[in-house]
Formats: sequence, structure tokens, C-alpha cells
Amino acid sequence: MSAELITLYVTAIVLVAVTGLYYLLVTTNLIRAVIGLELVTKSITLGLILAGRLTGKVGLGQALAITLIVVEVVVLVVAVGLILLAHRHTGKVDTRGLRSIKG
Amino acid sequence: MNDAIVEIVMLVTFVLMALWAVLATKLLRAVVALAATSVLVTLLLFKLDSPLAAVFELSVCAGLVSAIFLGTITLTQPENEAEVAESAKERIRRYWYLPPLLLLLGVALLQVALPDVPTAAAAGDDVRKVLWTSRHLDLLGQITVLVAGAFGVIVLFKEARKNER
Amino acid sequence: MLTFFVLVPLLVLLLLNISWRALPRIVPQAAVLVLGFADVVFGLALPSLPVNSEIPVLSELHFGLVADDLTRVFLVSIGLVICAAAFVNQESMTTERSHRNFCSLLLVSLIGMNGAVLLSDFFSLYVFLEVTAIASFILIAIERGIFAVEGAFRYLLLSAVAAMFMLTGVGLLVFTIGDTTFSAVHESLNVATGTPLLLKMAVGIFIVGLFIKGGLVPFHGWLPGAYSSAPPGVSILLAGIVTKVSGIYALVRIAQDVLVSDPSLSMILLVAGSASIVVGAIAAIGQSDLKRMLAYSSISQVGYIVLALGAGTELGIVAATFHLFNHAIFKSLLFVDSASVESRIGTTDMGKMGGIGAKMPWTGTTTGIAMLSAAGIPPFSGFWSKLLIVLALWKAGREGFAVLAVVASVLTLGYFMVMQHRAFFGKPSAQLDSVKEASAGYVVPAVVFALITVLTGVFFPLLKDSPLSFLLLNKGLSW
Repeated sequence: MSAELITLYVTAIVLVAVTGLYYLLVTTNLIRAVIGLELVTKSITLGLILAGRLTGKVGLGQALAITLIVVEVVVLVVAVGLILLAHRHTGKVDTRGLRSIKG
Repeated sequence: MNDAIVEIVMLVTFVLMALWAVLATKLLRAVVALAATSVLVTLLLFKLDSPLAAVFELSVCAGLVSAIFLGTITLTQPENEAEVAESAKERIRRYWYLPPLLLLLGVALLQVALPDVPTAAAAGDDVRKVLWTSRHLDLLGQITVLVAGAFGVIVLFKEARKNER
Repeated sequence: MLTFFVLVPLLVLLLLNISWRALPRIVPQAAVLVLGFADVVFGLALPSLPVNSEIPVLSELHFGLVADDLTRVFLVSIGLVICAAAFVNQESMTTERSHRNFCSLLLVSLIGMNGAVLLSDFFSLYVFLEVTAIASFILIAIERGIFAVEGAFRYLLLSAVAAMFMLTGVGLLVFTIGDTTFSAVHESLNVATGTPLLLKMAVGIFIVGLFIKGGLVPFHGWLPGAYSSAPPGVSILLAGIVTKVSGIYALVRIAQDVLVSDPSLSMILLVAGSASIVVGAIAAIGQSDLKRMLAYSSISQVGYIVLALGAGTELGIVAATFHLFNHAIFKSLLFVDSASVESRIGTTDMGKMGGIGAKMPWTGTTTGIAMLSAAGIPPFSGFWSKLLIVLALWKAGREGFAVLAVVASVLTLGYFMVMQHRAFFGKPSAQLDSVKEASAGYVVPAVVFALITVLTGVFFPLLKDSPLSFLLLNKGLSW
């Protein structure tokens, strides 16, 4: 793989990761925060597979990526459970409705 | 040459779809954009000689995750309509500098001179063999994670019965 | 043999949940207590057990689990805290079904933590820490109140971000050395004369992820909310062991393997550690809620542990591990006492607690012991571990940080004195007339932990030569 292509891959991964992270930290809507998280997860998945491909260890890369996907799905399910509970309490899915705990 | 162009297009689309997911005003559009990024990641994974991971990504992230999001949005419906009605202006104000920031970052990264990495031949063991022989522990971890998830569903999703309080 | 630590709780967990009918309370409770106790017993007895013997069926599966002295310290701590959490929870959970769910989730976190301290691979560490984290999220929100849901959600988001950092580190590891096991990284760092920048970056990024999981400044935002909004038994679990296993265990491993040869990464630890000590202590002083104050105190104490690791010497690692064990004991003790008080007066607002010490003598005394240990007063265990930390820093040439550690100790004493004065001493106010001592479920673990603190402290000079010397990692150091 040419150096330019690798650079492109890394750039794309970093851009999407930064986008997702930024979104997750800035938004007040709980569902959007989780979308941001999913974006970061995707970029990391791509990164792991890329690392595996570049070193020739395709099997290892996939094993890690698959495990990652499974774990993150469970995290997503729990997050959604929490969102639904929050909605049941306040009728909103917004952190502005939750500003109850001061840092 | 054609090969590389296809990959470049996929990478660019990937970033654009991610951006759309973030900037979309309607939540449903954001979820669709997320599914689109999953599809692109799947294609990229195929290109990177990782078919098993690609299929996983497609079925789980593009499929299951999108379904979960759609379900959540449906269940929290009343609020979401009001949210859309909320001024689109405020969103523009908060997010307008994201695309330029990304552009700057992208350009900066592209300048970084990475060494020419000789891509090793796609050697190494097959995924299934790797998972079974050297990453047992992760498999056990996955099983535990799924069990934990099941408990999450039981504990968090059940309607609180009145007499349980 | 070591695989039992992970497989047995999993099997027990599945067995417990086979039938839909409600089991008598005692069954899941006993299961958790037995398994927690097993952790303690095996942790203590490990060297004399046939650890690597071949078990017929399981020898086919090579999990790659290892146990050294550091693991033993953690196993004992995990076991003790799980038992305390189970005891306390017994009192506060209402229905049979939710009790069984709680115990099942405790078992999940036990599996996660046991696995995390026994494994020897960076990626597997991520997997098992996520297992523990998921169990924690659910446990925090188990009673479904809005505060708890928010606390759990914030923890979830930041924990997931931490996981992403860790995975980025793992990705870089795969790229640079094609392997993710501890030994591979150890070798690569020692072999290369100039260690490749990418490898150091990989470890550094991984460490940032661990900082977030461990609640170090500036990534501590999720911690006070999560600790204070969780149900009493869960707070004990979180503060006593989960945060430590998640963040600190891996840091100690990395310090052992990596830092002794590479000082550049230790500056990160020194800075983060001192920032946490200071910010945690200052923030603790202004709190009116007992659990929040204890949460900030935890941030501060974990800062001490990380600071000691930053010294980069063997003595530093020993000091950090010993302080970690002591903190697991006295912080859990403080949260148990807070649960006792909450069970009797229904709130953790310190303003409403005035003089409760007179009404709840056991709780008051054990809190006093824990507080003195945390502030580093002899002859309690905390004194010795803090002394070791200061010594390690001084000997490593980090005198400035050593002075900071001592000064912050005074601050620690300060906020604990404030708490004791407001909450426990003085005349009991009229509304506390009907308050009695907490029930046995709270007092028993409190007394046990207080005893451990006292005995560890009093017999410290003899510790090196006793069977308990693994608490000092058997380094045979002389000071």
C-alpha cells in the first residue's frame, strides 16, 4: 500500500473520530451523544483492521474488531436502556432536563 | 490505479457521511447517515482483506444498531418533534465551525510524511483460527459481556410494576 | 487452575438464573459471598497451590492467565470489597427478584475484575474492563431513580471514550509490534536501543484511557455523580475496587514493565497524580453531601497512588500497591459507614447528621479509624503507605512532589476533621432522637475492615517477613 493511501486512511480515521468525539462532548441530546460514540467506534474498527492489514496479521485484526463490535453493541443497549429510563422520568432525552447533578 | 481511486472515493464518502450524521437536523436522518457510514466501513473492510469483520460490521452496525436507534427514537417520539421545531439556527451557531476545523485538520494530516510501509503479504492465520487458539480469553469475555447485556435488558427495560416500588 | 477464577463465577451465575421462580434470598447472597471469599482465600494461598497443573479438559484451552504478587494483592482486595458490598446490599434491596439481579451483576463484575487482574494482554484487558464497566452502569441505575440514571449515563459516555483511547493504543501496538501481550511489549521496549516513538505513543495513549477510567484529573468529571447517586452497596463496590482495577491495575503493570526503563512517560503520571491529589482535596472540603465528599477524597487518594508510580522506582511501585490495598479497605469502610447512616436517617447530607456519633457508636468509631488512616496518622495502615510514597518520591529525586504529598496530607486531615466534627461529634440534634445503631449487616463489615486497617498498620514492621509479604510485592526492599 502506498504511503499516500495510508495517509489518506489515517486522515479519514482521525477526522471521523474527532467528529464523533466532538459531537459526543458538545451535544445535549442523549441519543445524539450515542451516535457520536458509534462514529468513534467505527473509526477505531477501521483503524484496527488497517493496522492488521499493514502488518500482515489479518486474522488478529479481524478477531479484535469482531470482539470490539460485540462489546460495543452491549454498551449501546445499556445506553439506550438508560435513555429510555431518563425519558420516562423527565419526558425528554436532553441533558438540559437533567442538569441536576452539579460537578 | 483504478483500485486506489475506488478506495479514495470510499474514504472521502465515509468522512462526508459521518459529517452528515453530525450536522443533520432531524434525528432520523442522522441515524440513516450512521447506517451509511457502516456500509462504507464494510466496503473498506472488504478491501482490506477482512471479509469476516466486514460482514459483522454490516449485520451488526448497519443492521442491529440502526434498528435499536429507530426503536429508541420511536419510543421517545413526542420530545423529538419538539426538538426539531427548536431553532435550527442554534444548531448552526454551535456547529458551524466543525467543517472548517475538520478541513484544517485533514489538510494538516495529509502533509504528515508517513514512511512507506511495505504491506506484508496477507499472511498470518485465518481469523477463526486466531479467535479459537490465541484469543480464547476474549471469547470468554464476549460471553460474559452478552450475559451482562441480558441483565441490562432485564433490569433497565422492565416496566416498573407498581407493587415493586 | 487460574481459569477457575473466571469460569466458576460464570457457571454459578448461569446456574443462579436458570429458573424463573424466585429463589430464597439466601442463595444468591451466599453465592456472591462464597465466591468473594474464595478470591481472598486463594489470593492469600496462591503460591502453594498447583497453579499450572494440567486439568484434563481445560488444558486444551490456554487462557494465558498469570498470577504474581500484584495479582494476589488485587484478588484479596476484590474479594473483600465484593463481600462488603454484598453484605450491605442485603439490607437495602427490597424484592427477591431485584436482589437476585443485583447479586448476578455483582458476579459479572467479579468475573470482569478477576479476569482483568489475571490476564496478560492489552486487548483482553479492554474486554474485561468493559465487562466490569457494563456491570457497573447497570448497577448504578438499578433502582432507576433519575439521579442514578444520569450518573450512570455520564459514566458510560466517559468510560466509552476511555475505551476508545485504549483501543487506539492497542491498534498502534498491533501496527508496531504485531502483538498485544504484555511480554511482547516488554521485550520490544527493552530490545530497541532507541525505543520507537510510535510504541511509546501507543502506551501513552493507552495510559490516557486508563486515566479516564480511574477518575484522574482532568478526567474525573463522571466520578462524583456516579459515586454519590449509586445505591449504597454499589458505591462501596465502585469506590472500593472497580475504579482501581479499571484504571490503576494496568498502570501498575505498565509501570513495572515499562517505566523502569523509560522515564519520559513517568512525567505524565507525576503531573496527573499531583493534580488529582490537589483538586480532589480542595473540592472535598466544600462538600455538604457525605458521599460526594468521599468521592472527591477518592480522586485525591488515587492521585497518591499514581504519584507513587510516577517515581519510576521499585519502591514507588511497592508504595503504590500498598496504598491501593489500604485505600480499598478504608474507603470501602467509609462508604459502608455512610450507608449505615443513610439507612437510619435517610439522607447523606452532612448538615443533618450533627452529633450522630453518639447514637451510632460503632459507625462513629470505625469512621474515625478510617479517617485517621486516610490522613496518614500512625499507627494506622495509611500512615505507612503514605510514608512509603513520600520516601519513594524523595529517593527518586522528585523532592518537590514529595513535599506536595506531605502538604496534601494535611489537607486530607483537614477535610476529614471537618466531616467528623459536623457529622459525628457534638450534641445530637433533636430529630436524631430515635436513631439507633445500624443493623448487623452494616456493622459487621465495618468492624472487619476497621480491624484490618488497624492490624495492617500496627503490625506493618513485621509484614515483610510474614506470609502477607505479598502485599509489599515481595521486593525485599530495605528502607
